[in-house]
Amino acid sequence: MPERVGIEVSLAASEAVCAADADVIAAYPITPQTHIVEHLSELVADGKLDAEFVPVESEHSAMSVCIGSSAAGARTFTATSSQGLALMHELLFIAPALRTPIVMTVANRALSGPISIWNDHSDIMAERDVGWIQTFAENGQEVFDLIIHAFRVAEDPEVLLPIMVNLDGFTLSHVIEPIEMLSLEEVARYLKPYKPQMVLDPRHPITMGPVGVPEVYTEARQQIESVLCKSKKVITKAWTEFAKIYGRRYKPIETYRTRGAEVLLMTMGSVSETAMTAVDAMREKGIPVGLMRFRLWRPFPLEEFRRAVKGVKVLAVMDRAISYGAQGGPVCTEVRSALFGESDPPQVFGFVAGLGGRDITTDMFKEMVAKAMGYAKKGKGPLYEMIGVRER
Amino acid sequence: MMDAALSNFKGYTPKSLPRVEPLAQGHRACQGCGEILALRMALKAIGDNMIVASATGCMEIVTSSYPQSAWNVPWIHVAFENAAAVASGIEAGRKALMRKGRIPNKRTTIVAMAGDGGTADIGLQALSGALERGHDFVYICLDNEAYMNTGVQRSSSTPYGAMTTTSPPGQLSIGQSTWKKNMPAIAVAHEIPYVATGSPAYYTDLMNKAKKAALVKGPAYLHLYSPCPTGWRLAPELAVEISRLAVQTNIFPLYEVVDGQYILNKKIRKPKPVEEYFKLQGRFRHLDKKTVQQIQERVNRQYEALVRKAASAEIEEEPTEEAAT
Repeated sequence: MPERVGIEVSLAASEAVCAADADVIAAYPITPQTHIVEHLSELVADGKLDAEFVPVESEHSAMSVCIGSSAAGARTFTATSSQGLALMHELLFIAPALRTPIVMTVANRALSGPISIWNDHSDIMAERDVGWIQTFAENGQEVFDLIIHAFRVAEDPEVLLPIMVNLDGFTLSHVIEPIEMLSLEEVARYLKPYKPQMVLDPRHPITMGPVGVPEVYTEARQQIESVLCKSKKVITKAWTEFAKIYGRRYKPIETYRTRGAEVLLMTMGSVSETAMTAVDAMREKGIPVGLMRFRLWRPFPLEEFRRAVKGVKVLAVMDRAISYGAQGGPVCTEVRSALFGESDPPQVFGFVAGLGGRDITTDMFKEMVAKAMGYAKKGKGPLYEMIGVRER
Repeated sequence: MMDAALSNFKGYTPKSLPRVEPLAQGHRACQGCGEILALRMALKAIGDNMIVASATGCMEIVTSSYPQSAWNVPWIHVAFENAAAVASGIEAGRKALMRKGRIPNKRTTIVAMAGDGGTADIGLQALSGALERGHDFVYICLDNEAYMNTGVQRSSSTPYGAMTTTSPPGQLSIGQSTWKKNMPAIAVAHEIPYVATGSPAYYTDLMNKAKKAALVKGPAYLHLYSPCPTGWRLAPELAVEISRLAVQTNIFPLYEVVDGQYILNKKIRKPKPVEEYFKLQGRFRHLDKKTVQQIQERVNRQYEALVRKAASAEIEEEPTEEAAT
C-alpha cells in the first residue's frame, strides 16, 4: 500500500481521476471546484494523463461535452459547484436517460441569492431528482476513494448511470490532508477499462435521444428509476471489493457510537467529523447519543436507514439547505417520509444550520440534541427550526 | 493556405452524386419541406462515415419518433441549445480513444445540426465556444427564419417585415421589426477555415460545399436556406422555386469564405426585385410599397458590400444545372 502524503483535497480528487485514466475532461471555472480542474489541466499538460481537456464556455456546455464524449465511448469527468450545477440542471436529467456514465465531483456551495461562494448543500439538494447516483465524502481519503468507486459503478453494464461525488466546498476541498494516493497500476486492479454497451460508431449506427411519445415516455422514465434503485446492489458490492483490495470500507449509511443510543444526530458530508467530536463530548456526560450519516443519498438507502434507526427514540436531523415553503429541510422531510408507517418510529426533529458557509460548531450539535430531547419529552416540537440565526 | 483536401476535391456533377442516404425517406416532415431537402443533400454529400449531433427542432422531431428512426448513421439528440457542445464532446472523445488505440484510427465527420433558433439565438454561445476551440466538425444551420417547430415564432434570423406569431403586423407593427442577424459573418469572425451558404435550389453547389466542409480540418460552418411552406404561408410545391428566387433577388446570396477569403459563387448580374420573392409568401403579404422599397435598398447595399469583400476572388459563372432547368 502506498504512503500517505499531505495534499490539498482538490488535488487529490484530480489525482484520482488521473489514476482512473479518464479520457475526456470538460470543465468551466467556478469556485470552490476550480482547483480540481486546474490540476487536471496541469496533469494533461505535463503528459501525466492522456486525456482531452475541453475548456468549455459554460457549465451547460461542460455537461453537453461530457454527454457527447461518453456517448462516443470515452471515460468522462467534470467538476462543478453551485450556480454551475444549477446551469447544468436541464442536462442532468438527460445524461441518465442516455445512459452516459459520467463522473462529476460537486464541491458543494450555496446557491445565489444572495450570492455566496461558501459551503452548504443547497446546490446538490436542488438536484435530488435528476436520476444520478449521489455519494458524499467526509474527508480527503474518501474523496479519492469515492471517485475511483464512482467510475467502477457508473460503467458497470448493470448500471450505466452518471454519478456525482459530493465534497464540501472549502471546508473539505481546500484543506490539506494526509491521503493514500493509489497509482494507475493499483487502481487498475479494481477499475477495468470502460467497455461501452452502446456507442456512437459509424460502423454500427444507433439513434440516441429520440422523441418519447406518450406511449413510451412513462416506460423510459420507469427504466431509469428501476436501474437507479437496482444500482444499490452494485454500489455496495463495489465498496465490499474496494475494502478487500485497499482495506477501507464504505457503507450506504455510516454510523458512529450508535450502540445503546436513544438519540441520533443525522448529518452528511465533512461536518460529520465535527459531529463526532460533539457526540464524544456528550457521551462523556452520559447523554445516550450517536451519529448516523448518509454516504449514499441517491438511490435513497431505505432498508439500511430503517435498520439503523430501529429502537432509536429521537432523530435530530441537520439540513444544510432550505426547501422554501416545505415542512423542513430536504433531508429531514425525506427521513420523515422514510419512517412513515413503520411501527414505533423515532420522533424526528429538523434543524437547518450552516448555510452559506456559517460555521458549524460542536456547541450547535449539542444544542440540536438538547432541543430534540426536550421536544421528545414534551411529545411535541416544531417541524424544523433554524439554528444560529442572528437576531440583529 | 487552402487545405489540400479542399483544393484536391473536384466537385460533384449531377452524374456523380453519392448514392448513400444517411437520412432515409419515411420521415414525418411537412409536405414541401425545404429544410429536410437541404439537410438530405448536405448529408448525402458528406457520406455515411459520419456521426450527427442534433439540436431539438423540426428535424429532430420528424426523424426520430421512437420506435422509428430515419437515421442510417449514428445520431444523438440531447437538448436545444447545445448541438455544437455535444459534437465537441464526440470529437474530443473519439480523439482521445484513437490516440489511446481503443478505436480504429480513422477520421469521421462529426456533424452538428440546428435550426436558426438553435443557432443564432439559444445555441449561439455553445456554437461560438466550439468554433473558438477549433474542434474538427461541421456545423449545419438550417435557416427557416423562425421557430417553426413551436408554431412560427420570430427568431433573430427572421427577416425584417416578416409576419410570425410573435411579430404580428398590426396598427403599431410592421411585423418583424429587426434586420436578420448575419450568422455567417459571426462564424467568419471566429476565423475558422470554412464558412458557406447554400440553397436547395442549387443542389450541386450545396453538396459541394457540404463535402468541402467535411474535408476541411477544423470547424466548418454551413448556413443553409431552408424554406418552410407551413410557416411562410407558401404553396408546398414552391419550396425550390422560392429558394431560387431568394438567390436571384440577392436576398440569400451564395458564397463561401475559405480561410477568411470571401468567394461569391453566383454573381447575379440582373437581380430580380425583392417584390417577386415577397408576393409568393403570406408572411410578407401585409408589406406596403414603402417598406418593400426600404428592404430593396438594404438588400442592394448588403449585396454590394458582399461583392466588395469578394472583389479579389474569382467570381464563378452561374452553375450549369440551373441553366438547364
